[in-house]
Amino acid sequence: MSTWEPVIGIEVHVELGTASKMFCGCPVVFGDQPNTAVCPTCLGLPGALPVTNGTAIEWLARIGLALHCRIAPFSVFHRKNYFYADVPKNYQISQFDLPVCVDGWLDVTADGEEIRVGIERAHMEEDTGKSLHQGSGGRIHAATSTLLDFNRSGVPLVEIVSRPDLRSAAQARAYAQDLRALVAELGVSDARMEEGSIRFDANVSVRPVSTKELGTKVEIKNMNSFRSLERAIGSEIDRQIGVLEDGGAVIQETRHWDEEVGATKGMRTKEGSSDYRYFTEPDLVPLEMPASTVERIRTDLPELPADRRHRFGQLGLDSHLVNVLSGSDPDLRRVFDEAVALGADPVISANWITGEVTAVFRRAEASKAEVRIRGSDLAELVMMVKQGTLSSSAAKEALSGVMAGEGSPREVAEARDLVQVSDEGLIGAAIDQVLAANAEAIERLRGGEEKVLGFLVGQVMRATGGKADPKLVNALLRQRIT
Amino acid sequence: MSLADLTIAEAGKQLRSGQATSVDLLEAVIERASFTEAQLHCYLTIDHEGARKAAESADRELAAGTDRGPLHGIPLALKDNFCTRGMTTTCSSQILAGYVPPYDATVVSRLRSGGAVIVGKTNLDEFAMGSSTENSAFGPTRNPWDPERVPGGSSGGSAAAVAVGSALGGFGSDTGGSIRQPASLCGVVGFKPTYGLVSRYGLVAFASSLDQIGPLARNVGDALTLFEAVAGHDPLDSTSYPGPVPEMRSDLEAGPKGIRVGVVTELSGEGYEPAVSTAMAEMLNRLAADGAELVEVSLPTFELALSCYYLIAPAEASANLARFDGVRYGLRVDGETVEEMMARTRAEGFGPEVIRRILLGTYSLSAGYYDAFYGQANRLRTKLIREIAEVHERVDVLVSPTSPTVAFELGAKTQDPLAMYLSDVCTIPADLAGTPAISVPVGLDHQGLPIGLQVMAPALGEAVMFRMARAVEERAGFTARPAMAGLPT
Repeated sequence: MSTWEPVIGIEVHVELGTASKMFCGCPVVFGDQPNTAVCPTCLGLPGALPVTNGTAIEWLARIGLALHCRIAPFSVFHRKNYFYADVPKNYQISQFDLPVCVDGWLDVTADGEEIRVGIERAHMEEDTGKSLHQGSGGRIHAATSTLLDFNRSGVPLVEIVSRPDLRSAAQARAYAQDLRALVAELGVSDARMEEGSIRFDANVSVRPVSTKELGTKVEIKNMNSFRSLERAIGSEIDRQIGVLEDGGAVIQETRHWDEEVGATKGMRTKEGSSDYRYFTEPDLVPLEMPASTVERIRTDLPELPADRRHRFGQLGLDSHLVNVLSGSDPDLRRVFDEAVALGADPVISANWITGEVTAVFRRAEASKAEVRIRGSDLAELVMMVKQGTLSSSAAKEALSGVMAGEGSPREVAEARDLVQVSDEGLIGAAIDQVLAANAEAIERLRGGEEKVLGFLVGQVMRATGGKADPKLVNALLRQRIT
Repeated sequence: MSLADLTIAEAGKQLRSGQATSVDLLEAVIERASFTEAQLHCYLTIDHEGARKAAESADRELAAGTDRGPLHGIPLALKDNFCTRGMTTTCSSQILAGYVPPYDATVVSRLRSGGAVIVGKTNLDEFAMGSSTENSAFGPTRNPWDPERVPGGSSGGSAAAVAVGSALGGFGSDTGGSIRQPASLCGVVGFKPTYGLVSRYGLVAFASSLDQIGPLARNVGDALTLFEAVAGHDPLDSTSYPGPVPEMRSDLEAGPKGIRVGVVTELSGEGYEPAVSTAMAEMLNRLAADGAELVEVSLPTFELALSCYYLIAPAEASANLARFDGVRYGLRVDGETVEEMMARTRAEGFGPEVIRRILLGTYSLSAGYYDAFYGQANRLRTKLIREIAEVHERVDVLVSPTSPTVAFELGAKTQDPLAMYLSDVCTIPADLAGTPAISVPVGLDHQGLPIGLQVMAPALGEAVMFRMARAVEERAGFTARPAMAGLPT
């Protein structure tokens, strides 16, 4: 195993969630009645023409900028020619040698190691319709008939092609997951694998370790989850190594991942390499994207997941806390950021957010209750604990009050009588009272029976109704007795 | 004289003076068709009922004081590659036999809202591929000047219908000369506008970067009127020109004085019938006598335009026609698998010329051949565009014959595709360059067959082109009509 090095590149297709399709005014819908979101253009009727959806192009640039790509000031659509029943024109409008986004990267952490994955390109194309093979468990070869649904035909589809920079199935999975998170963060797609709004294909080859020349690559399709992506790549790597170690040669082909069997399967295609006869789409004019537009899109970018992780690290959070906080609800992350901005300790704030706040949030979410907490609430809560005004258990109670909408932590603490007594005079009076009533205990303590101190502290706490700061009680007791 | 022989301008006057109604005009052209169709076969569909309703509505509106403009109530013929809602659109192909589009082409909806009456859909070479209208799956159209001869093509049906009076005007599409060449062979005016001035939305595509819709009419003024009714930006066609349509009327009658006329050396000599060359020379003399400045110009790339065209147009066509696969509409010939069904449908549905061009185009786009064929043709096209732009720094318009020959006999070139392709040698350059060009009849040869002169102008140079065309028309004094047009009504 160690003598072979896998080389993996990933192609990602992302359906954009724009209001309308790529080249016509039909709505982008999922799960509607078949063939209801269609028009002459997306059905490929004679005479119909495409008109570019400008929002989709801007969203593609948004993805490209988030992946540190160069945005081409001038790019062109091409026709990709192939006959397929659910491709209504029998060509797909796509991009070829002049895509919108080129030469970017995405930093990914896998197995505790950060790697930079190169992005070759991200381009715009249109989705195909859907073939629904009947009477065959969905498989074309055994189908008795095929129904076609063109609702998906013409949905804006972004293809993101990585460089072959990945070296393990785990890295490939991490890349896919991070890319999905990024796309979701950008708000340009549902990015749901189960609905097919984000789809991953992998190009896998192996070569002897420390050689440069690439092995023959195999494209794998049909992975429906991150887990199956990782399994499929792992299984394909093993298969290729097996073939090579048996003295065979890997054939360039497309293979399907079979989830049940747990192996990739050749697709029995005749194609060597398909000739798509790309040529410039004469129905569309070239796309122009002025620098001012690129800058506007760049300015509008949200904080990206990788940047945010980096920032959390710089705040002193350890990698576990960075991971958990990064995976938290965006609203809760905003509360964290606001609290830190108000001066709250980042690590303590992060522990609150990922612990108690998230717990309350989830319970509230389950019961569809409204949750109210602001950054200033968290900052105040952290401060009150630090100052000893709230014990940690009282703070939890105060928090639940805050999140139930009862007011700020201070207001809740006062209303629910949670504030710790830190007044030395008050505590001193209580101690005097307790000592007067327990002369025998004092003698035992002086005699070295340390556990009696706990008993005395308990008595003082009881005398103060549980609100005295236990640390202070302890210190004052020792003072008096010794 | 029958109402069917009126120009659009004259018919408009009669409609507004109450001398005739739109229904009268329609019935006159339908009656003309009833005499001529059996022999000429201009139409694939005559929608008498729909047209009658439109004519009645036009009459009611006019009576009520609603005037939709110069095409209000005018019966027109449309080439059968324009999508017409509810009316079959076949492109003269078996693969679309009986196909009824669910929507109107932009041109059609503009004509309808301009009050025009659509008589029917005219014959063409299948998918507009041809120069004689013989490549129609539903039989050829014949030339009204001599039914033994072709009307030209591919818009032969519209050209012949306008010539014979089974419509007062018509529209065609021009990819390599498909409006101008049949106009020339049928003795009518045919105009291909600057690429992008007329929306292609709803025109069944042949070669998208070349296709352009334009009018066929009995005179230059009518052609201008028809053009104005459909020109202008269409948001549904991304290649449609976003700026205003050129103003063309103010100088229309300004005459040839001071216009610099480039006479294209490459479009003369061998292969040009003497009568054609003579007619052009005579017209040039008259224009010069009236103050036009004649300049001999050479555009060497014109010699290669035909080859360039036969790489680019079929390449685009090979993709444009891929959608006709039997899956969603049109002919379906069943097979064991989807692929077999598609292959059988296409093999049976397309005629031989269409198949020839799909093969040509597929070949010229294929890996390993792309650079030598399609790529090279595009570089040549760029060179041609530059050459034309440069020559227009010295001349305002270019003139040439529209066709090297007058109408030829049916069958004369069907066995020799190259000879047929040469029919478009004069018209192709303007398509490749996207520039406007018009054919104006200038006379008849010794056999009584019409001869056309082509006037070309730079992109968006429609104003000077129409001015020159009008000057040519005035000097030609071409009033002859085919004998069939004199039939009783």
